[in-house]
Amino acid sequence: MGRRILLEHDNVPGIETFDVYRKNGGYRSVEKALKTMSPELVLEEVQKSGLRGRGGAGFPTGMKWSFLAKPEGVPRYLLCNADESEPGTFKDRYLMEKIPHLLIEGMIVSSYCLGANQSYIYIRGEYMWVLEILEKAIAEAYAKGFLGKNILGSGYDLDLSVAPGGGAYICGEETALIESLEGKRGNPRMKPPFPAVKGLYGCPTVVNNVESIAAVVPIVNDGGEEYAKIGLGKSTGTKLISACGNLARPGVYEIEMGITVEEFIYGDDYCRGIANGKKLKACVPGGSSVPILPHYLVTKTAAGEDRLMTYESLADGGFSSGSMLGSGGFIVFDEDQCIVRNTWNFARFYAHESCGQCSPCREGTGWMEKVLHRLEHGQGNMRDIDLLAEINKKIEGNTICPLGDAAAWPVAAAIRHFRDEFEWHVNEREESQKRNYGLIREPQSIA
Amino acid sequence: MSSSHTDLSKRHSEKPVFSAEKMAEVQALIAQYPEGKSKSALIRILHIAEEEFGGWLSIETMDYVAEVLNIQPIEVYEVATFYTMFNLEPTGKYVFEVCRTGPCMLVGSDSIIDYIGSKLNIKVGETSADGLFTLKTSECLGACGYGPMLQCGKKYHEHLTKERVDELIAAYSAGQTPN
Repeated sequence: MGRRILLEHDNVPGIETFDVYRKNGGYRSVEKALKTMSPELVLEEVQKSGLRGRGGAGFPTGMKWSFLAKPEGVPRYLLCNADESEPGTFKDRYLMEKIPHLLIEGMIVSSYCLGANQSYIYIRGEYMWVLEILEKAIAEAYAKGFLGKNILGSGYDLDLSVAPGGGAYICGEETALIESLEGKRGNPRMKPPFPAVKGLYGCPTVVNNVESIAAVVPIVNDGGEEYAKIGLGKSTGTKLISACGNLARPGVYEIEMGITVEEFIYGDDYCRGIANGKKLKACVPGGSSVPILPHYLVTKTAAGEDRLMTYESLADGGFSSGSMLGSGGFIVFDEDQCIVRNTWNFARFYAHESCGQCSPCREGTGWMEKVLHRLEHGQGNMRDIDLLAEINKKIEGNTICPLGDAAAWPVAAAIRHFRDEFEWHVNEREESQKRNYGLIREPQSIA
Repeated sequence: MSSSHTDLSKRHSEKPVFSAEKMAEVQALIAQYPEGKSKSALIRILHIAEEEFGGWLSIETMDYVAEVLNIQPIEVYEVATFYTMFNLEPTGKYVFEVCRTGPCMLVGSDSIIDYIGSKLNIKVGETSADGLFTLKTSECLGACGYGPMLQCGKKYHEHLTKERVDELIAAYSAGQTPN
């Protein structure tokens, strides 16, 4: 098993309680930061760590924090994005369920750094039992003097509470999350102004993913430089990967960035290969929004190098032969899966979750779903395949938030790599309703 | 977001009112937000109201929540119709929401949905004749590694098989909450 920093104690009995968590080294970073470090020094460590946002975009956390406006007399807010709704992603749930105090500890130190005296964890409404676990842990932290007024006698005050959503993927987008937390529909806001200037209640706000905030704990404990030694290049630290689909051992794994995709899929410490002894057909390595990779581009890049579990290596080849690390929602397809069906399934997801604010996304996601439904059910024609590409181009870049892009990319990638399978659904309408296409051959140019 | 329309013929005959105990809980939630920002508690209160008043949000319930938060009823309707977790019509006693999104589909959610439907003799969106079960599908519930799965109330039931579905239906029918 690789290096575990966040999930080091996930199997310690009672780790969800304050006392056991504390005995295992918990809340040290709060003592260290509040007693010996200025907020500026904490920010410096986070910047040195090279930590990149773990929600999907991979934007440097320290840089995001440095953008926070600090006008006199205006409150600032830290919001934790626990909306986790990207298909394939269930890592934050695991962390919060198992080690709720790790998130709370991270929230205290991060809020201190940002000068926030009121912070919220926005969690998807379906995780109501996780919300209850967090609230219990928060109550313990208050009782032990780690939340509330004058924490550990430092003079720093922080209130922390949890707010549920109501079932809307879009609320994982930071400005939609803010709208939702204000008690409104989750319609994303135009940027600028960015949340760092005008966020919750019009005040400067930082929104960070659960895992990013948890990672601040080891960064403060051991220093940013130590953290940056873990991982590879600009992909510093560890990453939680939620592996699912047709794997022998799906689940949440903490990996040191830089291990090979080969090891992750087939290694004994990780997923132990494809379920039922079948062959790998494709992989979506970073949540449903990122491009799908055919089997010959999963463990190797187009240049024939080992594909690594890093931001850079998974993106190697751009959108023509690469993908993205994204949220770490690692979805694996075996040889029996139908790519057209899965593409239709994802398109249906985005059509369902479009907030409806921008016409290209509201209408476009619906059209794509209908066209893909037609193709999958043996009623499509060749023009439909190009029509999908056209709709794609009309959505991409023409919407307020990235949901439109997120809906367009997977369709474009599926057609790019699996065009023969789409054409087969048109040419062999009856046959395609009876069986699956199977594996595709490796193109000669890449072999 | 899929469109939802409230059937206005379905109403609560009496005005819903929180018990004193629930009201105290609601007030404590409102107090988590800065003064003048009590609307932030709206989604949380709608979840509570749904649980308290029959498992769905009637016009009466939404109007009452507006009153509690001192906001316009339309502000509550907007939110209740946007978020898919809220039921705008009465449902069966137990609502089975089966995840149908990619990762669950890869491990057989389609056949689980069909199986539940045939077992209860209902289609997706319908309620069983005895009023006990409503079958719905849901988009990704964040249980991708443990599929197929369904949510019933606050509970996730994961690693579903036909046998497991039989057990769940038997347990809920007997008034138990299975693990």
